Amino acid sequence: MDKTQTFSIMIVGVGGQGSLLASRIIGDVFLAQGYDVKVSEVHGMSQRGGSVVTYVRFGENVASPVICEGEADIILSFEQLEAARWLPSLKPGGKIITATQRINPMPVIAGTAKYPENLIEKLKAQGASVIAVDAAALAERAGNIKAANVVLIGVLSKLFGINRDVWLSALKDNVPQKYIDVNIAAFELGEKAAQTAA
Amino acid sequence: MRKLMLGNEAVARGLYEGGCGFVSSYPGTPSTEITEYAAKYPEIYAEWAPNEKVALEAAIGASTAGMRAFCGMKHVGLNVAADPLFIGAYIGVGGGLVIGVADDPGMHSSQNEQDSRHYAIAAKLPMLEPSNSDECLRFTKAAFELSERFDTPVILRLSTRISHSQSIVELSERENVPLVPYEKLPAKRVMMPAYARPRHTVVEERLSELREYAESCPFNRIIPAEGTGKPKLGIVTSGPSYNYAREVLGDSAAYLVIGMPNPLPERLIRKFAEMVERVVVIEELDPIIETHIKSLGIPCDGKNIFPLTGEYSQGLVAEKLLVKKNEYAKLTEELPGRPPVLCPGCPHRGVFYTFKKMKLTVFGDIGCYTLGAAQPLSAMDTTFCMGASISALHGFLKAMPDYASRTVAVIGDSTFLHSGVTGLMNITYNRTPATVVIVDNNITGMTGHQDNPATGKTLKGEDVTPVSLEKICEGAGVSPSHIRVVPASDTAAFEAALREELASPEPSVIIARQPCALLKTVKRGDPVTVDTGKCKGCRACMAVACPCISMTDGKAQIDAALCTGCGLCAGLCRFGAID
Ligand SMILES: Cc1ncc(C[n+]2csc(CCOP(=O)(O)OP(=O)(O)O)c2C)c(N)n1
Repeated sequence: MDKTQTFSIMIVGVGGQGSLLASRIIGDVFLAQGYDVKVSEVHGMSQRGGSVVTYVRFGENVASPVICEGEADIILSFEQLEAARWLPSLKPGGKIITATQRINPMPVIAGTAKYPENLIEKLKAQGASVIAVDAAALAERAGNIKAANVVLIGVLSKLFGINRDVWLSALKDNVPQKYIDVNIAAFELGEKAAQTAA
Repeated sequence: MRKLMLGNEAVARGLYEGGCGFVSSYPGTPSTEITEYAAKYPEIYAEWAPNEKVALEAAIGASTAGMRAFCGMKHVGLNVAADPLFIGAYIGVGGGLVIGVADDPGMHSSQNEQDSRHYAIAAKLPMLEPSNSDECLRFTKAAFELSERFDTPVILRLSTRISHSQSIVELSERENVPLVPYEKLPAKRVMMPAYARPRHTVVEERLSELREYAESCPFNRIIPAEGTGKPKLGIVTSGPSYNYAREVLGDSAAYLVIGMPNPLPERLIRKFAEMVERVVVIEELDPIIETHIKSLGIPCDGKNIFPLTGEYSQGLVAEKLLVKKNEYAKLTEELPGRPPVLCPGCPHRGVFYTFKKMKLTVFGDIGCYTLGAAQPLSAMDTTFCMGASISALHGFLKAMPDYASRTVAVIGDSTFLHSGVTGLMNITYNRTPATVVIVDNNITGMTGHQDNPATGKTLKGEDVTPVSLEKICEGAGVSPSHIRVVPASDTAAFEAALREELASPEPSVIIARQPCALLKTVKRGDPVTVDTGKCKGCRACMAVACPCISMTDGKAQIDAALCTGCGLCAGLCRFGAID
């Protein structure tokens, strides 16, 4: 990878899905690889089940911690509608890794809006390259549905030629001791899913 | 050691390394984590105070005792703490005193946008502003030195993007800073007119010295452009805006990065302006630097190009300065929004459902329960600032007494202790038949679960006797027979109490009590399920705006993974379909 170019990963999802943990793991991986890294997080109001965006950027020298329209090399999405919402941030030719999970937002629950259908096809039709994974099912198989974020990190890890031990050690540094095994299992299922999806 | 750190965590590290011994704060996004991280250092005494004014006065007390002290808050917290802030400038410090204030351009989690630099100017205090985590750490340490050197409190200004971004920091050891010996100095610390007059002169003299210091302050720095010849663009900027400008313009422009936004330098700015063909100021919120530069007779661009509102970004800088916009794709259809909602099992839900059902006029306040204003509950008429539910209800009812039987104030436990108590005294003292509902979830929820005087735990985790909300209300003059405590989960009891108190001509308080559903100590119940045979698809259960409930094929469905079994929806089903 060209270190002089800043690489941008956007993590999107619904408050409570674990995007902070994901951004910290990814940030630590690239820090360990000797990159300059900036991560921008969301706390407070938007965490209450709202749409949540976190940015991870790395390169030789990263100035801004945020990602604007047309700048994300990768969008890592924990939920379909959120992937669609943040599509404008994707760089032309960029990749979307998304969980196939659907979480109804309040306007849909309240019946004032409809959850859009066939979002993954629609994203592809816009020229995005999309890897869609049933992360929740894989996380459940790993032992805890909450580890869906780590399944997706497993998928993401396959896009970089970085030794998997670096990913595993960042994972270990960021998850509580008692959840390590579940998270490693989730990560591995994500790695496997990347191979079949690619 | 190199480490990725959140800006707020880096400030806390700066407190540790800088020998700070005392931290008192009130939570507020985006400043909260400074104090939470500081509390993790055993060397630092750290606490949550009931509000920002108390916190700052406590920090002033510790500084008076000779200890390096810190007080953190969000931008609007400084409004509450403005009184001690202004007097802090007069009395100076014993041990260094740093006041951390985090602005929230873009209002990620706030009720307004407010530029704290005005306070530094108005109170005549030096202010530092970092633009990344490493600077957060270094500026915090430097702020203590500056504070002691110039005998003044120093404000450290942060913003959401600085507080909540992680970047690389270099760590060092803690400095051992002994207490500055305490002396009785009434002429410096007893601010009555005879003593305060000469102190005002000291403040003005100190400000001139600080102005001189600003010329050579290492945090105000010129970064030349690449190549020879006069650069076309000279950017004067500070904080997060510097990062955005740098991202877009790289080495093609020269920069004057202002790390000390008050007082601003003069000669340094003149020197920079001469180095470049055109000066452009990029600063979020108000034109503070721009106004200063113009006052020196130097032409510059600023708010004629950039907005006064919202948060900046590299995209904005590129668009405004280079008229450049990235290409991007977008789905053609309108996507449903995803606003924040009350959590599954939230004890506030039933309270707001009841307000809506009774068609009440609701004076709201600030906290998670402000989400009761959102659709479909839509049960709030006002939200101003912390504590204003109670005090404004009083004024409203004096002007429109007819509304007393159908108007309430609603306020959280932390907010009540922050600044609701004084409003309640006004109600009893000046006799308004007002009804106040305290939604007591036993935690400061909105900002991410901080303890408060009523929770019985301190920031450091010690158990203490909790402050009693009911006794405070009684002490404030509410008759004990009109102080009602009901479990928030018992909506029938809550509604009954509300009807009685609204009908009564006495001031009253109803405490709807139930701990926040997200607290680790709260046990989740078994999820409820829908008997699709009985469900008529009437949508009555949807009225409570619970994220667990949706309609599939004309029947209600409950997400078992999210449901906490609070049972609120079950109580609304006339067909007994939810159990
Ligand atoms: C002056 C001021 N300080 C701090 C804040 C940040 N803030 C907003 S609501 C809140 C407290 C919420 O706690 P509580 O009243 O107990 O309600 P809950 O969120 O738990 O429902 C705080 C600290 C603010 N908005 N204004």
